Amino acid sequence: MKVPLSWLKDYVDITLPVPQLAERLTLAGLEVESLTPIGELWDRDKVFVGQVLEVTRHPDADRLVLARVEYGAAAPLTVVTGAPNLYPYVGQDLSHGRGPKVAFAVVGARLYDGHSAEPKIATLKAGKIRGILSQGMVCSEKELGLSDEHEGILILPDDAPVGMPLVDYLGDTILEFDIKGAFGHLQSVVGIAREVAALTGQMLRNPTPADYLATPRVTDADFAGIVIQDPDLCLRYSAALIEGVRVKPSPYWMQQRLIRAGMRPINNIVDITNYVMLELGQPLHAFDYDLLRARAGGRPTIIMRRAHPGEHLVTLDGVDRALDPEMLMITDTAGTIAVGGVMGGANTEVNDGTTSVLLEAANFHFLSIRRTCQMLKLSSEAGNRFGKRVDPELTIAALARAGQLMAELAGGRVRPVYGDVYPQPAPRQTIELAPAYVNRLLGIEVPIEEMVRILRALEFEVAVDIQKEQRADDGRPVASSSCLRVTVPSHRQDVNIPADLVEEIARVYGYDRMPHTLLRDELPPQRRNLALEGEEKVRDVLVGCGLTEVITYSMIDVRDEVKFYRDEAAATAPHVVVLNPLAADRAHLRRTLLPSLLNTARANLRFTERVAIFELGRVFHPRPDQLLPAEPRRVAALLVGPREPQSWQPHDTSPLGFFDLKGVVEALLARLELKDVAWERGQHPACHPGRTARLLVGGQEIGIVGELHPLVRAAFDLPNLPVAIMELDLDALLAGWGAPAPMAEISGQPPVYEDLAVIVDEATPAAQVAAVIRQAAGRLLVDLRLFDVYRGDQIPPGKKSLAYSLTFQAADRTLTDEDTRKVRAKIVGRLERELGAALRG
Amino acid sequence: MYENLERLQATALAELAQAQDAEALEAWRIRYLSRKGGALNEAVKQLAALPREERPAYGQAVNEVKNAIESAFARRQEELKAAALEAELAAGALDVTLPGRPPSIGHLHLTTQSLRQLYAIFAEMGFQVYDAPDVETDEYNFGLLNIPPYHPARDMWDTFWVTQTGTARPDAAAAGGPAPSATTLVMRTHTSPGQIRVMRERCPEPIRVILPGKCYRYEQITARSEHQFYQMEGLAVGKGIRLTDLIGTLQQFARRMYGPGRQLRVRGSYFPFTEPSIEADMDCILCGGKGCSVCKYTGWLEIAGAGMVHPVVLRNGGYDPDIYSGFAFGMGVERPAMLKYKINDIRYFYGNDLRFLEQFG
Repeated sequence: MKVPLSWLKDYVDITLPVPQLAERLTLAGLEVESLTPIGELWDRDKVFVGQVLEVTRHPDADRLVLARVEYGAAAPLTVVTGAPNLYPYVGQDLSHGRGPKVAFAVVGARLYDGHSAEPKIATLKAGKIRGILSQGMVCSEKELGLSDEHEGILILPDDAPVGMPLVDYLGDTILEFDIKGAFGHLQSVVGIAREVAALTGQMLRNPTPADYLATPRVTDADFAGIVIQDPDLCLRYSAALIEGVRVKPSPYWMQQRLIRAGMRPINNIVDITNYVMLELGQPLHAFDYDLLRARAGGRPTIIMRRAHPGEHLVTLDGVDRALDPEMLMITDTAGTIAVGGVMGGANTEVNDGTTSVLLEAANFHFLSIRRTCQMLKLSSEAGNRFGKRVDPELTIAALARAGQLMAELAGGRVRPVYGDVYPQPAPRQTIELAPAYVNRLLGIEVPIEEMVRILRALEFEVAVDIQKEQRADDGRPVASSSCLRVTVPSHRQDVNIPADLVEEIARVYGYDRMPHTLLRDELPPQRRNLALEGEEKVRDVLVGCGLTEVITYSMIDVRDEVKFYRDEAAATAPHVVVLNPLAADRAHLRRTLLPSLLNTARANLRFTERVAIFELGRVFHPRPDQLLPAEPRRVAALLVGPREPQSWQPHDTSPLGFFDLKGVVEALLARLELKDVAWERGQHPACHPGRTARLLVGGQEIGIVGELHPLVRAAFDLPNLPVAIMELDLDALLAGWGAPAPMAEISGQPPVYEDLAVIVDEATPAAQVAAVIRQAAGRLLVDLRLFDVYRGDQIPPGKKSLAYSLTFQAADRTLTDEDTRKVRAKIVGRLERELGAALRG
Repeated sequence: MYENLERLQATALAELAQAQDAEALEAWRIRYLSRKGGALNEAVKQLAALPREERPAYGQAVNEVKNAIESAFARRQEELKAAALEAELAAGALDVTLPGRPPSIGHLHLTTQSLRQLYAIFAEMGFQVYDAPDVETDEYNFGLLNIPPYHPARDMWDTFWVTQTGTARPDAAAAGGPAPSATTLVMRTHTSPGQIRVMRERCPEPIRVILPGKCYRYEQITARSEHQFYQMEGLAVGKGIRLTDLIGTLQQFARRMYGPGRQLRVRGSYFPFTEPSIEADMDCILCGGKGCSVCKYTGWLEIAGAGMVHPVVLRNGGYDPDIYSGFAFGMGVERPAMLKYKINDIRYFYGNDLRFLEQFG
């Protein structure tokens, strides 16, 4: 909300320099977002209120005139100007102060270029125009930086004091507030002034006419009937009749205030409704009374009711709007005339011919107004205010104030009675506030007198009950202390509980005065968080293996999953669906991390030849039988590109593949000290059918490692290189983690090393060969490593040779040749029997 | 004969000095010290030809010569070994300015680094991590946090609604979302719903937790806003939690995170789930409070929204607000990293360009 400082000053004395005032307001919760000066450029000795003494024709130009301007200096100056609104003064007798008041700039003044589309500042120089010396300038609003108006020059009100620096007359500062929360009481200049008064110890001067409550209020005024059919949505409806108005532009000062507050002047009647809304915070609406009478064929009756199904209304902005039965409408016997609290209808709009105005000041349920605005996709100043709760007691004050201005500025006569229907007047709330509670919550000792002073400054009524007994749980009186009985003013509908009052006290007392303390409350039981520790461990291990962590979006393009699973059915697989996606490619929650890793790899391969990445995060699986979907944690990784980074030294440039990523997973399993681990051939639609492994931990499958299927690789526009991928269920992976096994004894006995090469069928998995060796060797085998896989010369077709190095060691003795010979024979025997293996020469 | 001995010694030593490598040294050894035909051995043999009484003197003379050339040999041997080593080392010199062999290096995501820093700072103050889901009910995300359906405070969070069974409805956002019910689901717009979850789980224990996590807002992706980002909430509940404790905690945080001299500014604010509500700013770390584009020329940077837990929220968590009080604060996770590394575009975080990610630790 924009508040011109000059306007604010009408209601409260400003005792602080503006930046300090802004700081004080900001600290108290009224965040001043910006301070925008008006007239910053207008040097006090260069730009003045001037008065035109004489206008004469330019001898050599039809479209130029010469104006002699008095501006408080010893001698008037003559300027050459093309301002069309000075033409009518040519040859007129402007003596005795009859000439128009203008904004007059002398040579050296800084002004905006009136002909430039962009704001451009230029310094005024003396110069001849068509042979005549121009000694200054009479300025347009655009040249002064007030608006884009450059048709003619700015004509100031007749009472503008000649010779006054213009900055003193028209200069200003606009305070722009960012008010969070539904605070109707801060949506007006008076509301802000009330805060300023409380924060700086000044008095508020409320512009509402002092005797406004003296005007009689009736439910059935002679000028209009008022019927509230839906009092849950329309809480109050007040109306006044102003007759004999003349619609014309409103005075310059009012237009300026509206513009500076961010509104557009229309005409005096509409401007007054807007002005009072900005001033007091009560939105008003003016109907053309004669149109209402014509519609009713006599005395109109205003009926507040929900819209009927199928009803339409053309609103003031010219849009034909379909209405919903959830919306509260202002209607008469002939139909709808306004969307209550949001926007009036074109059918009863004030126009140039209007002479009588029915002025509405009403109050509506704030949530209903918000809903209506949302449904209509319509935002208005009135709707915004009602949506933040407006004081229902404000209607009569606003009618009185607007009536006063309509009499003054539009020549209207206010009918000395108001219509007012207020089915359930809001009760005044009284809150009991224990000062001890205030200080317990804040951690400081605010004296009771200061609490009282602060609350009263904000117009709370406070009664102090001294020595109200406090009782312990068993009812025994333990202490006596004061209690504040605080009655909430009607404009503070946001204040309902003692904590709300604590905030009022705290923010005015000043957060900057509060000490910084350390928590001294009991330390809660501290708990180990294995889930988080495990997650961080996995990250550290993968980073240690040379992989970089990425974090991708949870909301994905389901077509990526279709490409990934090579299956249209993936699109219809159960997904958590975003009802209002940002875009079609962010409409589903991911079921797997891998498609996003593929996209990340592709994007990065434009800049680098090697990508080694992982992500650890949640995926989302619907559980329609439960309220919330499952959010299992997953870890996924991808490797593509040369095995080793390029170097001047020998390096392995062969492509990363299945075994590189399997090695990473094996390192991860080792670092997690997982024991019961098994690998099996697996199948996955995204993977090469012969290069996919299932990982089992404790007999449970926890994920896959594989090389990407060439078709999936092509579908993701990845290069023609192996792409190794894996995805594991993190919760399953970590299920067995964190239960440390006792250390294995380290034997001091000398080890014996043996090599063993066996020829087996191509189809026999190496894991099976190793398992047989381990079983046969028993406890003496402390290490088994495969060091060669060979096919070719001396190996029959369909067979392969696997060469192992074995380390034997006993815990308690030196092994003899006989020992190792026996074990070896046993191993070979088992391999022959169980796998049909042959010892290789 | 003694002359011969002297000559032998002089010649042997002279020749020894000429031996420049192991091969020449061995030839010399054979020539002089070999038991078979070595010059010294030949000289010893002459002993037999001498009269008995001359033998001791000659024997002694031979021994002296022998000792002299043997120790000279040993010295020479050491000298040549040292020279050989020196030559070998000289030959093995490297251009140490050549680049090292690059190992494959991985990097933690900057968000993870930021989160770990936050965990460490708050762990020192007794705050432990509590995890809550990304998909929340409307009730947990809003209702139980004192934000009823259609309440204007909901405007503070542009919300994604989701469904386990339905299909997308692009007009849902504009219409203010589906009618909130007990089964309406949202992507959490903030980490605050975790407050209710941890309170309901732990009540009546005192609580000191931080709640980190991904949050989602219906916002177009720009340099300043992302539809997915991380937030971290802090919550302390107990019988004696005070606003000044909150301010002190945030002050400690600012100094641990951004440096010992940091100044905190606390100002009033509004959040539906706290009362009183505050916002904490610190003096801008880039301009020191003078005003710059990062602090929008205010000299202050917002670091957290906070306040005393609203009595309604405490009650929804199971705690009686007449006995218990609490504070809560929320802060961005990307923001500290953005300040630290002068990152001016949040899109870098989840764009996952390795040229960005690999710059950090």
